[in-house]
Amino acid sequence: MSQPYKIFPIGDAAASIELGSYINEEVNAKVLAMRAWLSNHAIDGIKDIIVAYSSLTVYYDPIIMKKKNAISETVFGFIHQCLEMAFHESVLNEETESKTIQIPVCYSNGFGMDIDFVCAQKNISKQELVHLHSSRIYKVYMIGFLPGFSYLGTIDERLVMPRKQKPVMVEAGSVGIAASQTGIYPLNSPGGWQIIGRTPLQMFNPNLEQPVVLNVGDHVKFYEISKEEFENYPVLVN
Amino acid sequence: MSLSIIKPGLLDTVQDLGRYGYSHWGINPGGAMDVYAAKVANMLVGNCPTEAVIEMHFPGPQILFNQNTLIAIAGADFSPCLNEEPLPLWTPIVVRRNTVLQFPQLKKGAVAYLAIHGGIAVDKWLGSYSTNLKAGAGGVSGRQLKKGDDLCFKDNRIYFAGMLREQDNLMPLQWRVNVRKTYKHPHEIFIIKGNEWEYLTGTSQYDFLQNDFIVHPSSDRMGYQLRGNMMQTSHPIEMVSCGVSYGTLQLLPDGHLIALMADHQTTGGYPRIGNVIAAHLPKLAQLRPSDNVQFKLVDLDVAERMFLSQQNDLHILERACREHLNALVC
Repeated sequence: MSQPYKIFPIGDAAASIELGSYINEEVNAKVLAMRAWLSNHAIDGIKDIIVAYSSLTVYYDPIIMKKKNAISETVFGFIHQCLEMAFHESVLNEETESKTIQIPVCYSNGFGMDIDFVCAQKNISKQELVHLHSSRIYKVYMIGFLPGFSYLGTIDERLVMPRKQKPVMVEAGSVGIAASQTGIYPLNSPGGWQIIGRTPLQMFNPNLEQPVVLNVGDHVKFYEISKEEFENYPVLVN
Repeated sequence: MSLSIIKPGLLDTVQDLGRYGYSHWGINPGGAMDVYAAKVANMLVGNCPTEAVIEMHFPGPQILFNQNTLIAIAGADFSPCLNEEPLPLWTPIVVRRNTVLQFPQLKKGAVAYLAIHGGIAVDKWLGSYSTNLKAGAGGVSGRQLKKGDDLCFKDNRIYFAGMLREQDNLMPLQWRVNVRKTYKHPHEIFIIKGNEWEYLTGTSQYDFLQNDFIVHPSSDRMGYQLRGNMMQTSHPIEMVSCGVSYGTLQLLPDGHLIALMADHQTTGGYPRIGNVIAAHLPKLAQLRPSDNVQFKLVDLDVAERMFLSQQNDLHILERACREHLNALVC
């Protein structure tokens, strides 16, 4: 990999390796490869690995790390070496296993509170908006913000809109867009993205062994359903 | 063997040391705000530091003990009383069944912990007892405690009733923890520089280190909003979401700072100008709205040494508590 990287502490119990600050498929794939490398090496003291668009962060327990890994200098010095090795030794996945998940969306005004606003701002019809949003296959770059909230990208340039100035209450299942990203709110939550539709799928369910529908690295394709189809969509009962 | 919530407090939740390893599902670690106090409370009653405790904010709850047991209260001082009799903090106390614990007055601090000998018997979710309010999972049905909740204890190995004199409702055991070192200079919080520290203008860097900040009332388990000098960057910052941690100081677009607390998200898109050191997170957690705070820069190796020393003290304490308790029951 030719891109530069930077390793830095986030306090004294977390550290990041950053490959840039932008959304890029190849960079994100490298981040995932580093995560896989770190998971496979099961380094004592690493508690969690946070994947973002172009960076990876590890939370670690400095005590366990120091005790188990015979560290003479600082614990950060050791984690710095681990992240460097993860960068140099991880190999990009051949993208064989990644799934494409189909997600139904009802793009009606009742569910997409900002759909008219977005159409007016972008000077497109509702049909065009639906077509632009549902014809692409997106990649899940990262998961964060809420349990199961996946950041998908990148959307057609003709749909790029800024976030709202102030967050409003958003219903679970709402599909939103912000900058070059799109995403689904898995839970009722305040949110600042422009809401253009809603899926009847339950994107997060804590009672399931696999509580989320989407995982980082998956691909997503939206397809349009009518209001009737939305209302009659089979609900999974736990 | 249980306790009952007679009257809930402002925000009582079951917590432990956090739920790590599930950030790939967007599930943040959460856990106790003041991990030090939660650990000490458990150690005092002979538990593993990882047992579930009840975290309480002021006003605190009223709790009925349905069984004789051994408890410890640690962290903030809400003047705990058992049937009107004042209870010491940071001390194991044998309490009689059918007594009521309450917290009439706020003296200092923001979060208090109640540990019960044996631990609280709730189901783990993804390896942790902590309540994740957003996910609606963990702890007691993923929510704060409410009136009528019965929380069972795990096994009581010790027969506590025999330790109480007939006329007494409680008996503090004869040892307590000295926590002065951990909470000394409560308003002085050490940080190390964040990756975006250099983006601040020289004036903002100076202001940040010279002047106090005030904790705003809108603070909660997710973050403490800070009010003080407005911070500025030397040029506009465009960042994509990246990793943050407990104690990360983020610069919001309006120029204010927020300190991320236990229920923080794992990623954020705002400049990270600094990070509170792990050894000072207990002090940070115990700050209340309208408290003032001064930040001081330290080097990473100093931060690490302070945390290692704090954890070493805890390790010694855990052993001492076990020995004391064993001596008592033998």
